Amino acid sequence: MIASRQPLPLHRSLVLGAIGTLTFLGFWAFLARSGLVSPLFLPGPVAVAERFATLTERPFAGGTLPAHVASSLQRFLVGYLLAAAVGVPLGLTMGWSRLLDDIVTPIFDGLRFIAPIAWVPFAALWFGTGIGGPILIIFAGAFPPCLINAYRGARYIDARLLEAAEMLGTPGYRMIAEVLLPAALPSIVAGLRISAGLGWQSLVGAELIVASTGVGYMMVQAQGAVSTATVMVGMVAIGLVGVVIDVALRALETRLRRHHGQA
Amino acid sequence: MKAHSLNAHAVRRDKTATAARGNAVKFSRRMCVGMATLVVIAVLWYVATTGLGLISAGRFPAPVDVEAAAVQALVRGYPDTTLLVHVLHSLRLVALGFVVSVALGVPLGMLMGWNRTAEALINPVFLLLRPIPPLAWIPLAILWLGLGDEAKVMVIVIAALPPAVISTQAGVRGVPPHIVEAAQMLGTPRLRFVLDVLAPAAAPMIFTGLRLALQASWTTLVAAELVGSLAGLGYVLNVAQQDLYPGMILVGMAAVGVLGAGSTALLGMAERRAIGWAQLRGAA
Repeated sequence: MIASRQPLPLHRSLVLGAIGTLTFLGFWAFLARSGLVSPLFLPGPVAVAERFATLTERPFAGGTLPAHVASSLQRFLVGYLLAAAVGVPLGLTMGWSRLLDDIVTPIFDGLRFIAPIAWVPFAALWFGTGIGGPILIIFAGAFPPCLINAYRGARYIDARLLEAAEMLGTPGYRMIAEVLLPAALPSIVAGLRISAGLGWQSLVGAELIVASTGVGYMMVQAQGAVSTATVMVGMVAIGLVGVVIDVALRALETRLRRHHGQA
Repeated sequence: MKAHSLNAHAVRRDKTATAARGNAVKFSRRMCVGMATLVVIAVLWYVATTGLGLISAGRFPAPVDVEAAAVQALVRGYPDTTLLVHVLHSLRLVALGFVVSVALGVPLGMLMGWNRTAEALINPVFLLLRPIPPLAWIPLAILWLGLGDEAKVMVIVIAALPPAVISTQAGVRGVPPHIVEAAQMLGTPRLRFVLDVLAPAAAPMIFTGLRLALQASWTTLVAAELVGSLAGLGYVLNVAQQDLYPGMILVGMAAVGVLGAGSTALLGMAERRAIGWAQLRGAA
């Protein structure tokens, strides 16, 4: 008999999930304790947790963990807001104006396949390693979903809405702000969520290479100092902040959906 | 009521008219504007750099600089060997990491999509590790495996495994029950059931996962090579950055873009070959 496809009852899946998680943590702890792998290269879960607590108070690579997180978040916010501020209006206008669409699309398609991280050398050359360089990388990572989703939202809008507005002689800027934007909002918000994830990822990559503060920089310094526990603390911190950003944007998305009456 | 139907008629007429005029006309208009845009950009680039010197050569290369850098990279080599050797080095690592990810990810995804117990056991570990971006594993990979190829493959697998697993899992979950029941009723042996029923039915989703996995592989490899390596495209970019050599940076970026586009196109071709039937069915 082939295995069952029926969904498991909740309590069973919770128990199995706990077993899975504990096996993972147990295996990690076992490897670290057993001496098979040097603790220098694989500190156990407890050691990492202790290191996490230490780093919240004692500085490493020029700042405590909260200070590095704050500096990463600041860069992220600037780059992300910039990407949204350019990408969303441009996408909306492209969805409405054929000409602009035909002009921007070949440029966009040409640049699309260049990984955001490949902008690192120019970012360093143009804006240095302070705050400017990483911002360009975040922008490169977060911009495409902002543009594409706004574009799709505006492109697949109900033609009747557009015709009615055009017939009433709505001027261009009001057309974008009062007709296209509200109609494309669900798609735009979905794009903003995707681009937040990609932007946060790009930031981490950027900070590994061009930065003098931030969690990524802390990790590279820790790698140089062979402090594996600190590297792992950085990974955990990046994951936690990423989850918080995603949860916040998801909540915003649900609220907007409900507001628009399409739960 | 009448206005509504008129309007609907108008929309329909507009659509058929567009279709009847033929895609060729619109396509060529689009092509013309696109070509014109690229020409304008090329002219602006030339004028701003070589012509008027608005952009200094140390910030962004002029067309001549790019040509010189391209010739140097292709013929004499930069930094040690030619661009082709660097590209092949990167390609080999991407191929290796991609194949390992697919070989591990597709079976794992099938298991998780089919067997609820396996899913309940494995999924939490995925959920625990997934928020950590693949790029954040790079320092750990370097600590564990050094600056060589092994660390790169490790990071690529970390990046490419989740998309392969998740898409396969979703594909298997979406296999229509009547197919499964027919196979069960006919007493299909387990191995044949997996290979001849589950895999083909889930193939379109699996290919979506492979495409995502390939993209993730590229991005991650370039990042890993930028952080620390001794060969490959990321290494070229890294050295060009340290040498303050904008022409070479642009050549490196162009190579990254071309290879990314090329590998995606290749996978698209493989997809059409392997599962063209599914796309035909979807279109009909």
